[in-house]
Amino acid sequence: MAEIIQEDKAKGGKKKPKKHSTNIDMTPMVDLMCLLITFFMLTTAFSKPKIMQIVLPEKMTKNTIPPKIVGSRTMNIILGPDNKVYWYPGKPAVDMASAPALQQTDFSDTGIRQMLLDRNKALFNKIADFKNKVITGEIVMKDDSVQANIKKIKKLDDTGPIVLIKPSKTSTYKNFVDIIDEMSIVGIGTYSIADISWVEEQMLATATGTAVH
Amino acid sequence: MPKIKVKHQSPHVDMTPMVDLFSLLLTFFMLTATFRPDEPVPVDTPNSVSEKKTPDNNIMTITIAPDNRIFYNVDNGQDTILHYRPKILQEMGTRYNIEFTPEELRKFEKGNYTLGVSMQDMKAFLNCKDASERMTYEKGIPADSTDNQLAMWVLYTRQVNQNVQTLIKGDSKVEYPTVKKVLGVLQDYNVKVFNLITNLEKVEVTQKAD
Repeated sequence: MAEIIQEDKAKGGKKKPKKHSTNIDMTPMVDLMCLLITFFMLTTAFSKPKIMQIVLPEKMTKNTIPPKIVGSRTMNIILGPDNKVYWYPGKPAVDMASAPALQQTDFSDTGIRQMLLDRNKALFNKIADFKNKVITGEIVMKDDSVQANIKKIKKLDDTGPIVLIKPSKTSTYKNFVDIIDEMSIVGIGTYSIADISWVEEQMLATATGTAVH
Repeated sequence: MPKIKVKHQSPHVDMTPMVDLFSLLLTFFMLTATFRPDEPVPVDTPNSVSEKKTPDNNIMTITIAPDNRIFYNVDNGQDTILHYRPKILQEMGTRYNIEFTPEELRKFEKGNYTLGVSMQDMKAFLNCKDASERMTYEKGIPADSTDNQLAMWVLYTRQVNQNVQTLIKGDSKVEYPTVKKVLGVLQDYNVKVFNLITNLEKVEVTQKAD
């Protein structure tokens, strides 16, 4: 742009009275267009944000029978304060006396992800093998059916853990998104978001050392 | 030996091709521009590995600000003839016994506001002259059991536009009870599938767990 402006000045120096030139000075027009383009480029929302889909079950009424789940495969994950995660295996605890101790971990690669990965080996490998076959061209199918197939593998699986996610009152939205994200990274077949029970709140209070006796 | 002639160059550059190119670019940007709806609060969304893109139309966005205020926005539908926004506002008006003038409905349709306004303040909000005046009314949409206006917005949006998809845009720092409140409202009105707006963050699980 600087060059053009200079030329403009040079031209302004020699005034030729009444000699029609076919050239029209387009510099102001170019200037204006530059400005407009810059404006539109900056205001346009280029990169669209991504979305993560989750499905919640229908709200429980008194008449609905809660789905039966196998206690041995169940994994309870409690989202605690300060980006900490607590977990215990087995059926959801019903009273303090029989409540297992909470294991504390965090959202790092070696934290909750490793824990879930260890328990979800079989399914994770199955999905990874399938994806590899698609990449190498051993199986040829469309993108949609790849996703559908992965879903089917997850559904048919009966080895991986069933994860119950229980965010406590002190957890944040980030923790909530992170843990659902972990589910898709590790390839957990069945997970659900549940309300934290009173017993679990007490367990969390004991684990964090904020229990009031 | 021939003389080397120094060509006398005119300082004038032909700018026509440049102008051509610029007009093309300008037209392209003007036509593809989708303006960001103005946000009353900056929201820092968490990261995830999801690569699904946000849909363009038929979306209802519920924004949760770091200070736990809840905002709501809806798009006007795929075609301009659909006029979803004024229709929804009119339904809301009937629910809360507020009559909106055609002028106010038009303002609501044109201004792609992210609403944090209670219905009682809506008339005053629409008649505001500038953004800073509007900000004073953005106190967040009430979503308590006594006055659950968010639920009404969700209900009427889904009545007017059956294909609407629900998007939740929450700030990373929002406390879970607020999120639960919003999810509870959606669950009450049978919204089972919804989308959380996130930033893309690639994660590679390299180690194969055997």
